Amino acid sequence: MNSHFALASILAGSVLCAQQSSLPDLEAGARVFEANCTTCHGAAGDAVQGIDLAGGKFKRVATDEDLARFIAKGIPGTAMPPFEFLPRQMTSLLGYLRGLRESSLHPAAGDPARGQALFEGKGGCLGCHRVNGKGSRLGPDLSDIGLIRPASALEQSILEPGAVVPPEYLFCRAVTREGVIVTGRRLNEDPHTVQLIDTKERLVSLSKPDLREYALLTGSQMPSYRGRLTSEEVTDLVKFLTTRKGIATR
Amino acid sequence: MTAVRAWLLFAVAACLRAQVPFERLVNAVKEPQNWLTHSGTYNGWQHSTLDQITRENAGSLRVQWIFQSRTAEKFETTPLVVDGVMYLTEPPNNVLALDAATGRAFWEFTYRPAPSTRLCCGVLNRGLAILDDTLFMGTVDGYLLAIDSKSGKLEWKTHVADYTKAYALTHAPLVVKNKVIVGPAGGEYGIRGFLAAYDARTGNEVWRFNTVPGPGESGHETWGGDSWKNGGAPIWTTGTYDPDLNLIYWGTGNPGPDYNGDVRPGDNLYSSSVVALDADTGKLIWHYQFTPHDEWDWDSSEVPVLVDMEWQGRSRKLLLMANRNGFFYTLDRVTGRFLQAKAFVKQTWNGGFDENGRPIRLPNVSPTKEGRVMFPGQQGGTNWYNPSYSPRTEMFYIPAWVDYYTTYNKFEPEYVPGRQYTGGAPRSDVLGGSRDTRLIHTRVEGGYGAVRALDALTGELRWEFKMGDVTDGGILTTAADLLFTGNRDQYFYALDARNGALLWKIYLGGNIRSGAMSYQAGGKQYIAVAAGSGLFTFAIR
Repeated sequence: MNSHFALASILAGSVLCAQQSSLPDLEAGARVFEANCTTCHGAAGDAVQGIDLAGGKFKRVATDEDLARFIAKGIPGTAMPPFEFLPRQMTSLLGYLRGLRESSLHPAAGDPARGQALFEGKGGCLGCHRVNGKGSRLGPDLSDIGLIRPASALEQSILEPGAVVPPEYLFCRAVTREGVIVTGRRLNEDPHTVQLIDTKERLVSLSKPDLREYALLTGSQMPSYRGRLTSEEVTDLVKFLTTRKGIATR
Repeated sequence: MTAVRAWLLFAVAACLRAQVPFERLVNAVKEPQNWLTHSGTYNGWQHSTLDQITRENAGSLRVQWIFQSRTAEKFETTPLVVDGVMYLTEPPNNVLALDAATGRAFWEFTYRPAPSTRLCCGVLNRGLAILDDTLFMGTVDGYLLAIDSKSGKLEWKTHVADYTKAYALTHAPLVVKNKVIVGPAGGEYGIRGFLAAYDARTGNEVWRFNTVPGPGESGHETWGGDSWKNGGAPIWTTGTYDPDLNLIYWGTGNPGPDYNGDVRPGDNLYSSSVVALDADTGKLIWHYQFTPHDEWDWDSSEVPVLVDMEWQGRSRKLLLMANRNGFFYTLDRVTGRFLQAKAFVKQTWNGGFDENGRPIRLPNVSPTKEGRVMFPGQQGGTNWYNPSYSPRTEMFYIPAWVDYYTTYNKFEPEYVPGRQYTGGAPRSDVLGGSRDTRLIHTRVEGGYGAVRALDALTGELRWEFKMGDVTDGGILTTAADLLFTGNRDQYFYALDARNGALLWKIYLGGNIRSGAMSYQAGGKQYIAVAAGSGLFTFAIR
């Protein structure tokens, strides 16, 4: 791609200070970014020479509307193609780009190596979470959480895990007609069926008419680490998580 | 902490068994409820031992659920099914995990390849491989991906080949032991083909076999001048594997440029061949070239089917292939020795075989500037879509393009990286690429599409089922002597595998460009096939 015409080169810094996005929006935006933008711009947004999406190297665009228009129409004569996003996808993507810049301007403090040791040791995080193929799949995979969440949100999740729980992180509990109890993280649900990953990491699909009981569990199944980790340890853990930015290409 | 929460934390298994170890792949025939490799089993039979759907009840087949892809690209995938979960690819390179009984999604993995990929025949993907808890997929922009089968999360991503030079990965990988084996498409763009194995855990390359040998490699002498540099011999379908011999068998594509052989004097090994490689090292054990110095685009990208049969009084390990050049071949898969070849459609290029099995090429068969009429046509007597072998009927079933021709011309090719490098523009009365209209006006003299059932031992035609158009649909057979296939006429058919009698059909409203497969979920046998932009599943009521 011609670096002068990459996505970042048309963005203005002021565009990224508009409305706040919720955590689910940010995650959806991250998915849109990961699937559509990283091939040219890289996971951190800085793969094109002279351009840094997270660092705020923007030139022309003043508003979110301008940015959305450039993304939707592409830049003729360059490798930047038009993208046909739904309105909610575009909103999520813009929110995510704002988050990238926030993380860049206000990097988390702490020591990532100490944070990793806590994650894999004292914190016991691998008992529920997975990072780069290591750990349990029951809880959310955190391999790219540093792309999805800003440091402030990660700290909140550690200290107050129930404060904001994205719907894709909720757990459910079902009892079959035969009395078998099935519990796990809900992956998908409609009026007739529910899909989940159970505590033995099996993908399970249940037909609701075949269930004696079914309930979506409110709140987070993760314990708060307030008082279990020192503030310095929390800072290190957050720092480690912000460095989790997906899988590198070989 | 709530009671539920505490229970969850303690219930998580610390060390869970891998779901699909290599041993399950080797013994896939013992678990017919699943479909663990691209062809169902390593031998490439595309044959299910399920028998709940029978000749008697096939007329009661009904749609169970439909998966609608979000693409207008060709949908050529054949899914895997593992313990009630279906894994399939959606063009260009998305992956989904679905409940095999309802079609509801567990997760979806989305991948947007580089926007400037170059593929001759559609931005498509044909399927996945699985080992332990990891799925493997090649991408149209030249990467091999490892994806967690439980979560849909990317585990590793390895660069295989340069898409700016039109290398692309379109076929389902083959997993053998701890290796994932793939090769690139791009035979119309002057690529230099190869097969490469990657460590399933790390994604690191373990071995590479060049299907166009370079200086110092055996076979290099079959390429005049520097023609080897753009010699083609791509890989775009999945090979087969014999665990006892530890050999993989793989068909290779056409040499480049496709239609003008003047610039590449020689046999052009290992194009339009089958190669047998040591699965651990990639070392070439033997090869057989079906079409030396191919000038008609007759890729040997058909499935090398592995069958053990009595041959002239003794049990023998055979390799059967219905080739695009119009012949049905029988080789000894231990040694590569040519045993037999018999034309299964009209052909005008071959005058027989010498004592070593080398084809005797008739005079005046090369493309000319003015154009030369040849049988079979450019799409071959068959092509990449899979055949099937049934051990019950001992028949070999071919999706055939019967008795049609192409006028082959040639022109001076110029190699420009990333651009087509074909050296000709063949013309045919039969649509080459695909049918883009629902209106069919075929002419009898223009050839036709059919299922042709051959005696697997002799190659003699046992029966034929004519379809409404030429075909891109693979074939599935089952232990109930059923045969399933589809066609560009957009029907999906169930036939009696013993005699070709039509038992059931359904109009799906889209071209069928893949091989059907079968699995069992919730005690029910399903048949699944991609058609148009959807994946359709069928069962008895």
